[in-house]
Order: sequence, then structure tokens, then C-alpha cells
Amino acid sequence: MFNTIANKFAKKRLLAPIAAAAIGFFPAAHAEDTIKVGVLHSLSGTMAISETTLKDTMLMLIDEQNKKGGLLGKKLEAVVVDPASNWPLFAEKARELLTKDKVAAIFGCWTSVSRKSVLPVIEELNGILFYPVQYEGEESSKNVFYTGAAPNQQAIPAVDYLMNDLGVKRWVLAGTDYVYPRTTNKILEAYLKSKKVAKKDIMINYTPFGHSDWQSIVADIKKFGSTGKKTAVVSTINGDANVPFYKELGNQGVSAENIPVVAFSVGEEELSGIDTKPLVGHLAAWNYFMSVDTTKNAGFIKQWHEYIKNPKRVTNDPMEAHYIGFSMWVKAVEKAGTTDPDAVQKAIIGVESPNLTGGMAKMLPNHHISKPVLIGEIQDDGQFVTVWQTNKLIDGDAWSDYLPESKPIIADWTPPINCGNYNTKTKKCSGQNY
Amino acid sequence: MNIPPLTRFHHVLAVLMLVFSLAAHSDPITASQPWLDALNSLKQGSMPEREQAIMQLAEIKDAHNLAILQALLDGRLFTTKTDTKLVIGIDNHQGFDISDAVSGAALGAVDHDALSKINLTNKMRGTLRKIIGELELSADDPAVRLAAVKAMAKEADDRVLDLLRGRADKEADPAVKEAIKVTLLLQDMDSPDKATRIMAIEALKAKNSQEVVNRLNAMVEKDESGEFVEPDEDIRNLAKAALININNRLQLYSSVETVFFGLSLGAVLVLSAIGLAITFGVMGVINMAHGELMMLGAYTTYVMQQLMPNHLGISVLLAIPAAFVISALVGIAIERGIIRFLYGRPLETLLATFGVSLILQQSVRSIFSPLNRSVATPEWMSGSWQINDFLSLTWNRFYILVFCLLVFVLLLQILKRTRLGLEVRAVAQNRKMAKAMGIPTARVDAMTFGLGSGIAGVAGVALSQITNVGPNLGQAYIVDSFMVVVFGGVGNLLGTLVAGFSLGIANKFLEPFAGAVLAKILVLVFIILFIQKRPRGLFPQKGRAADS
Repeated sequence: MFNTIANKFAKKRLLAPIAAAAIGFFPAAHAEDTIKVGVLHSLSGTMAISETTLKDTMLMLIDEQNKKGGLLGKKLEAVVVDPASNWPLFAEKARELLTKDKVAAIFGCWTSVSRKSVLPVIEELNGILFYPVQYEGEESSKNVFYTGAAPNQQAIPAVDYLMNDLGVKRWVLAGTDYVYPRTTNKILEAYLKSKKVAKKDIMINYTPFGHSDWQSIVADIKKFGSTGKKTAVVSTINGDANVPFYKELGNQGVSAENIPVVAFSVGEEELSGIDTKPLVGHLAAWNYFMSVDTTKNAGFIKQWHEYIKNPKRVTNDPMEAHYIGFSMWVKAVEKAGTTDPDAVQKAIIGVESPNLTGGMAKMLPNHHISKPVLIGEIQDDGQFVTVWQTNKLIDGDAWSDYLPESKPIIADWTPPINCGNYNTKTKKCSGQNY
Repeated sequence: MNIPPLTRFHHVLAVLMLVFSLAAHSDPITASQPWLDALNSLKQGSMPEREQAIMQLAEIKDAHNLAILQALLDGRLFTTKTDTKLVIGIDNHQGFDISDAVSGAALGAVDHDALSKINLTNKMRGTLRKIIGELELSADDPAVRLAAVKAMAKEADDRVLDLLRGRADKEADPAVKEAIKVTLLLQDMDSPDKATRIMAIEALKAKNSQEVVNRLNAMVEKDESGEFVEPDEDIRNLAKAALININNRLQLYSSVETVFFGLSLGAVLVLSAIGLAITFGVMGVINMAHGELMMLGAYTTYVMQQLMPNHLGISVLLAIPAAFVISALVGIAIERGIIRFLYGRPLETLLATFGVSLILQQSVRSIFSPLNRSVATPEWMSGSWQINDFLSLTWNRFYILVFCLLVFVLLLQILKRTRLGLEVRAVAQNRKMAKAMGIPTARVDAMTFGLGSGIAGVAGVALSQITNVGPNLGQAYIVDSFMVVVFGGVGNLLGTLVAGFSLGIANKFLEPFAGAVLAKILVLVFIILFIQKRPRGLFPQKGRAADS
């Protein structure tokens, strides 16, 4: 009930000014000589904390492309909508973007549940969605391009690092109770078992969204880690629950040297809002860190600071994913000579675009991209120091090889397979179920 | 840790004389070339080179080492941005007082921005702690010595053990002596002499140390081939008995710990519910914006900290009255502006206050940004009170528990002993009669609502210390607050207290078995069943007021 009321308020209060701003932003634009790009990120509600930045990133990228002369001789026009952290509203807004605004591509979504909610709409109307966030995999849609990390580009390398470099023998898999942590932990558990880790050396723990009382869980972790074997926590704890978690770790005297925590959802943006003291030394695995020293990255940071007019703002991994996704889309449209979804979907496979951290990202036939994996330690200025990285780019794997049910499945959107979940054993495409 | 730089310098010299008297040739004043090289690669090298440099520094044994390594560990070793000199900084709140790391010469105060910190990884921190532990084994402060012994015990080789044995006789502090003794006894368990081993186990039986438990556990386990790790049966049985002995104590401590966790969770519940107990319990207003009033209190703490960044502790204490005033004023404004037109219409009140809560949330989002704000925890509220290896109580929770009880007692006194309290009770019991007796009921309503809201603000200050300060803070607590008030019995403050604590403890006892998600569900199911049986809660209101 509250959600519905919230929506009505949110719609009335928020969308009007945003729509007005969007119209005011491009006063001279006419429908015929512009290409519209949809931006589907929550600007209000719980997810606004992460997604607002991505909206700004998209506006910056589109702005810059227009300065370079637009695309196919036309100007790009951003259509910003606010799905207000409300999953069904994501689908509604996606439909609006595709049918009313007739956008050529949508850049958006953050949580997996919002992506799942948009999927049927975007497949029905044959749109294009660029999804910029690391996620649990086990999906490949003809209409979605996944520019964030699949589990084999984040979780698995992180576990490898802990196992090989830090000699971790006991594992705590702690996560928030929803689809991303559950699937990731399932994959990790299977992976750990394949590496001969005994069941008693794995502890799995789920907590509700926004959990704030971590006393007993941290005490359990402390006990679990006090047996003398090196212990680490692999955290898929999401969003707001992280701060009380790390605070409790610090207060109970669990330091990063004894029991390091490697997190998949804590980035520069999240760190900028919290007291970093209890987090120093804990780890995070991403494909991009703001602290990586390359000229491309320095240029991107400078451009961001100039656009947002605040030199204190940070950059993060999903921003890089949008940067790569957008530039791939631009290249694909140029290659195809049209924004027609079918042509672009065909043209984009194999397109390469530079990563900000070095190397060339490539769009693979399974609609995932190749990425480097970096592990960083949190510093007290809210930045990461890279302590380990893969020596080559890792190709995103849509269907995990460590889960028995998805092992024989591959995604390949090039002929002759042309399928998002092709079973290599039965040689059948099981249709569009994800 | 907080030794003034001058004393530290002296004790560096003393330590070096003592521990490294073997290195007689090293001259503490003139810096050697390899030492300078090591410092240089510490300054400019990549992470692996930096690691090497730390090892080199430890080998060379220069007089400045301890100061440099300690500063490195504490994150106070910097390079200046202008001339890339290696300096040690001491925080003076505005910036840093820096001194040259090589010569020790003071270089005056500089701004934060003029320095760049030398970063570390966990591996390097571990190495550093061990090196510093060896250097600090004879420090003046017993806490420093204890930390040193613990750091060394982790990787005890023969050399370290010799150092510890030497120290054991001289040690005066009981805690440090105990730590050394446990380390040495653990070593004795590996002795070839059976009598020594038996003695060691007998002595260790009485110790509360995790190391001991691990060691004994390892002795009674079987290895992969099914053989016992410990071949001697006498020793094994002895170890088993000792384990039972220790585990009994362990169980006791862990129940004490769970009760504490429960009480502290209960304290948070009580704090967030107690304001509601007044507005909902006494006045009968369903205030959905209650959580947002707490959020305002938390943001007040943030603003106070921004106003006085150098006095964290005081700013948190000052935030308590400030948050009370701000939330109370907002509460009074809500009551006068909206709620007073809706008395006796609970559904409308619910919707209207829910609207208010959304407005408050979005205004905070517009003013402070949707990002969470960082509220620092003062030094005296972080860390824990380590009673022994098995039992430690975290300070922030401890203070919140005390704070909760204080607020409760204060509120009870206000209601019992002040004129306002008398009027509030009179209006709650029979509004018409109170009015007839000349009590300005409208004003009392406003004051009561203000009091309840103000207490919500105070709860927000406490919450800012344990959770995120963001626009959604209130939503997380509103359901729990209503739950506690209804469970305790509407209109009964003592009921709220008992309900909060019992729900907290029940939750914490369930959590280890059921997991956090299921524990919460179970508690909710229990409350639903309980309310079916006793609709008026734990402590129902008696008398005529209850019937109306």
C-alpha cells in the first residue's frame, strides 16, 4: 500500500520538474533531426543514492558526443525519466521510452530486480538496454548488453586472490537476502567445493535489506575465524547495510589483517558518504578504480569534475561501464549506419572500445564484455589501492560453469546459434527463459 | 599509542640499546646509505618494492626506525607534495605538524593538502606490527607491551620465544605477564618431555584464550587417514577434559554476550519507540512521520559535527539537546498545522502524517543530497571493552544502553512529577473533564506531541552512531517502533521498555539458530499471535480510560 501511495506522490512531485528540465535543456531539438537516448535511472527513493550519478554520467557522455558533432549527422537527445526505485515503474517507464519517445537505446537500471522487470517490455518492443552494473549472471537477452561484470569477472577472481595470495582456508559468504547475493553465493559455494574446501569451512549468512544490528553475526564471524585457519568474508551485502556492518567489525576488534572482507558492492561513491576509519584495509573487487593511473582515466575524471562542477566528486565502476557501453553503441550505430535495433544488435558484436584502466573491452557474442579484474584495499581517503589485478582481460561468462544446471548452457547471439541459453548437450535453444 | 614525540624518541633509543645491543656497530646518528635507499624505495617504489623496503628497514636497525615504522602503520608517514620529502606528521586538527623522517628536525605545520600519504596493504601492516612488536617489547606503557606480545605470539619462532622468556622475568604488569605465560605454555605443549606437556595442559585449562582452544581442538582431532593427530592417549584425554572445562566457561560467556546483544538491540528499539509511546500511546495519534523525526535528529548530529569538526565527542553530546529542540519544534508544527484538525479520525491522520514523512524525506534529499552523510564516532565510543578473550562488549552499544535508560527515567519523571506531566495524564484520561477543570487541552496536545517528537530526535542522535545517516533512516525503524508500542500495551511507558528489551533479547537468542531473516519473521509471528490473545498488549491500561 505504502508503495503505491509513494508512487503517486513521487510521480506528481518529481517527474514534472524533471520533464520540464529535460525539455528546457534541448529547446531547439526537433524530433526529426535528433536521435533520442533513454536514461532510466532512479532519481528518487532508496536507489537514488547510486543511480543519480549514472544519470549525470549519461548526460555528460551525450553532451560530449554532441560537441563532437553528434551521431550520423544528427544531434543526440537525452530523455531522462525517473522510475523512483520502484520495480514495476521501471517496466512502465521503459515502455513509455520505447513507444512514446521512440528512443534508439536505453541506458539504465541498477538492481537486478529492476532489470528483470524491464526485460519483458524491452524484448516485446525490441529495444536496446545497456546495463552497467555487476550482476549475478545466468541471463543473456537479445536486447540487453551487460557492460558490468559477470560473476567470473568479479567474484571468482576475488576468491582466487584470497585463496592463492592470502592463503584463506575458511570462508564466510555474507549477503543481503535477494537474487544477486543468493545466485553469486551459490556459484561461489560450488566453486569453493570444486577447490576442495570442506563444507564446515564455509559459512553462509543472509540478512534483510538495510540490516543494522550486526552484533551477533559479527560475533559469529569472529568465532568462525578464530580457529587458527585464515578466514575471509566474501560480502555481497548491499547498500546501506554495509556501514553498520563494518562499524561493528571495527568495534568488535575484527581487523582487515585478521579477517579481511572482500566486498562486491562497495565502491568509491558508497565510501564517500561514510566514515572510512573502520573500513581501512578491507578489500573490494571491481573492474575499475578511480585511483588507477592511466591517461584515459585522468581525462575521464577531469571531464567529470568539469561537467559536475565539483572537484570532490568521485568516479566508480558502473560509470566506467556506461562510458564503455555508450562508446560501443556509438561505434555500432556508425558501423550500421542506422539506429535500427536489429542492425545495431548485429553490428555491436565484436566492437572494441578502450577501458579506462587500460586494454580494449570487446563486446562478445553473449552480450557481455571483456574486462580486467582489480582487487583494491580501502584507504582512509575513500580510495582504493590496487593490490592485485588479472594480467589479461577476462571474458564475461553469462552462464556460470560452476553450477551444474547452467554448465552446459552458453549464450551466442551470432548465427547459427542465435540464442541466449543454448544447451550444448541437447543442442537446443530452450527459448527465452532466463 | 599516544606517546608524545619527544618521549617516543627517547624510548626508541632505550629500546634499541636493549633489544639490538648485538648490532653494536650501527650508529644511530649518521644515517647509512642502505637505510636511505630503503627509505627512498618506501617513498617512491611500487607496492612490492615498498614491502621489500620495510623488511630492509627492519634489518638495518636505525635509531629512527621505530618512529618511522610506527608512523607508517598509523598512516602518519607522508611525502610533501612540493619537495617530496619523507615526513612524519602529527595531527593538530587543522593540518599536520610535520618533522623530517630522516633527521627528525621539526618542519612546522602544514595543511592536509600539502601532503600525500604513504599507503599500505594488509600484508605490510602485519609485517609492521611484528617488527614494531619486537621493538616495543620493553615500552613503558603496559598496553603497548601487551599489543607487542600478542603481535609476536602470532608468529612465534625460537628467536621471538627467547625474547619473550627474557621479558617474562622482568615483566611487572599482570596482563602482559599472563599473555607471555600463555604463549610460552603453548610452546611447552610441543615439548618432547611428557611431564612438561601435562603440566602445560593443566595450567592452560584455566586460561580464557582462543589460542588455547584451537590448540587443544587440534590435539583431539583425527587427521585425514583417520589417525589421531596426538598419538599419546593420556595427553589426548587430558586435552579433552581441559576442552570440556574451557567450553563450559565459553558457553557461559557466550550467553552473557547474547544477553548483552539483546539488551542493546532492545535499547535501540526502546529509544525509537518511546517517543511514539507518547504520541501514539498517550495521545492516540498514529504518526507515520515519527521515523523522519528521528532522521532529523540524526542529521542534527551531522550538522553539529560539521560546525565543530575538531571536537567530535562534545559535538555528539551537544547534538542531544539540539536534536530534541529541532525535532520538538517540527513536531509541534506538524501537530498545529495538520494533526489537530484530524483528531478522532485515525485513518486521515495516518495518511496525512505519511505524506508529511515523504515531504520531510524529500526535503532532506534536496538539502543534504540523496547520499548518506558521514557521521564520525568519537574515540570513546569506538572499540570494545575486552573482558577476556571470550567476552568483549562494544562501547557504542554500551553507551546507547545507558543512554536509553537515562532517557526513559527522565521521561517518567517528567510525566510523574511536573505540571506538564500531570496535565498530559489528565488529558489522556479524560479530555472533557480536563478541559472542564481549566486545563488548556490544545496547548497540552501541542506540548505532548512536541515532547514525543523531541525524544524521537534524541533517539536519532543515538542511531547516527550505529547506522547510516540518510534520508531513509526513519523508514527502517517505524515498523519496529509501532510493534514495540503495541506489544507493550498502548499508553504504558513501562510496557514499552519491557517489550523493547524482551523483543531484543528474543531476537538475539533466535538469530544464531534461525538466521537474521527468519528470526525477524518469527518475532513478528509471535507478536501477531500474542496480540490475538491479548489485544491490549503486555500491560493493558486499566480503568475507565481503557474503555473509551
